[in-house]
Amino acid sequence: MADARGGPLVLGIETSCDETGVGIVRGHTLLADAVASSVDEHARFGGVVPEIASRAHLEAMVPTIRRALKDAGVTAGDLDGIAVTAGPGLAGALLVGVSAAKAYAYALGKPLYGVNHLASHICVDQLEHGALPEPTMALLVSGGHSSLLLAPDITADVRPLGATIDDAAGEAFDKVARVLNLGFPGGPVIDRYAREGDPDAIRFPRGLTGPRDPLYDFSFSGLKTAVARWIEAKRAAGEQVPVADVSASFQEAVVDVLTRKAVRACKDNGVDHLMIGGGVAANSRLRAMAARRCEDAGITLRVPRPKLCTDNGAMVAALGAEMVARNRAASDWDLSADSSLPVTEPHVPGEAAPHSHGHSHDHVHEISKDNLYS
Amino acid sequence: MLLLALDTATPAVTVALHDGSRVLAESCQVDARRHGELLLPAVDRVLSEAGTKLDAVTGLVVGVGPGPYTGLRVGLVTAATFGAALDVPVHGLCSLDGLAYAAGLDEPFVVATDARRKEVYWARYADARTRLTEPAVDRPADLADQVAGVPAVGAGALLYDAVFTGVRREGPEHQSAAALAALAAEKLAAGEEFLPDRPLYLRRPDAQVPANYKVVTPQ
Ligand SMILES: [Zn+2]
Repeated sequence: MADARGGPLVLGIETSCDETGVGIVRGHTLLADAVASSVDEHARFGGVVPEIASRAHLEAMVPTIRRALKDAGVTAGDLDGIAVTAGPGLAGALLVGVSAAKAYAYALGKPLYGVNHLASHICVDQLEHGALPEPTMALLVSGGHSSLLLAPDITADVRPLGATIDDAAGEAFDKVARVLNLGFPGGPVIDRYAREGDPDAIRFPRGLTGPRDPLYDFSFSGLKTAVARWIEAKRAAGEQVPVADVSASFQEAVVDVLTRKAVRACKDNGVDHLMIGGGVAANSRLRAMAARRCEDAGITLRVPRPKLCTDNGAMVAALGAEMVARNRAASDWDLSADSSLPVTEPHVPGEAAPHSHGHSHDHVHEISKDNLYS
Repeated sequence: MLLLALDTATPAVTVALHDGSRVLAESCQVDARRHGELLLPAVDRVLSEAGTKLDAVTGLVVGVGPGPYTGLRVGLVTAATFGAALDVPVHGLCSLDGLAYAAGLDEPFVVATDARRKEVYWARYADARTRLTEPAVDRPADLADQVAGVPAVGAGALLYDAVFTGVRREGPEHQSAAALAALAAEKLAAGEEFLPDRPLYLRRPDAQVPANYKVVTPQ
């Protein structure tokens, strides 16, 4: 549907974690990216508290939709579709966005597209750098995910190459920041301290980089423990902890492994583009090292601006617009929030739709394994 | 007047359409774990049974709880989003008031719903239209003195009938959007106030402040 107006006009809703995001795109053009965050309410708990996030989503939902429409200067009636993160994410948080998207689409008489959060993180780059190359290699790193994904078709074919076997990269940042008493979230503050520190001051371990380790999987738990031990040893000896050096050396270990494995995956699979997304993609050292290593390997690096890397509604709208453009089947009105939606399902087509890519995933009961009434 | 009422504060996912004088269509499904999946199809079914479309609705009525949070939010965000999309008002009603109205009693009684965690949401009523107390969440045993022998309706009263000894087994057990809609129509006609469409959680969020950072070095 690459029409004269420049592609489908889609509104996207994202509530999988602590950001209430509503974005509006026309094809590959970003028109609005409204985000209301509850991050400050979680800070004193040192992590995202699901019930606090869900309560904040309910309060922010309608005002954020209104703000996005106003920012974009479009009327709701002109939309070609409503997209929403159907999963993965926090069950109760997802449910607020999914319910709102259904109501909005139904009230406006527009098709609904329940889409995958991870595929959305990849697709957002179309708003920054134009159409995704096919296939696209993507490294997604955030507080919730660390994945290497190969996407021959972002609307229908996303293949997991590797993922973290324990902590997500962003989680490791949060935990190390906690040991250093730097507060939550840890990513930005560690990045800041690291700029003053020496990345080679302490040689922290690089997880899963041995000759017999899985090529594309990650592990950050051992690194986190090693950093904590090192700091405790300093404290036990009554010495000052060199926060800047610890931050820089820890960050270096994370970024080294991430970029090394991502470049390796590109080479092994004959892909000459690498896309990096997720909150940790805002990390300045990750950007710098990825740029250097990709250049050395002849790989074109695509990293969206930081605001598009963190969770937002624009990324959901971007993938929704691609679904419309490629005539993918809309979702049904009984679309459920699926906290563990597999990355191999870029969207959740309706039952009536012909299954173009024969997955059958039981969504009806998927949700009930989570404690919905916590 | 055409009111679309919905309530997801209890295990019932319930929707009704009311024209100001009577209920045109209604739906009630009891499934505590599928509010999110069931609500929109129920709205669609009720509208098509009544032979109308959502854009004919002049106002939304929503039960604001008290109720377990995840399910409660489904109804509230749906009503709020409908209201925003259609540019019509969203009228909030205490969910217990719907049960009280359906009970139709003209003597003092209590309404109690299941709050899980061995607690009930409850309130006292002078009659079917008059609530005497703010809705509260309590352990049934703590209410024994106050509710023994008092007529009681709702799944919470049925569940703890050793405490709610005056429980009326004939019901109503579950919330009905038809009752909620009828109550709202009366209130609108009488020019009475509604609650804002904001949730009555009655509990603070469960948020464990993590214990101080755990030392990993063996002592
Ligand atoms: Zn994310």
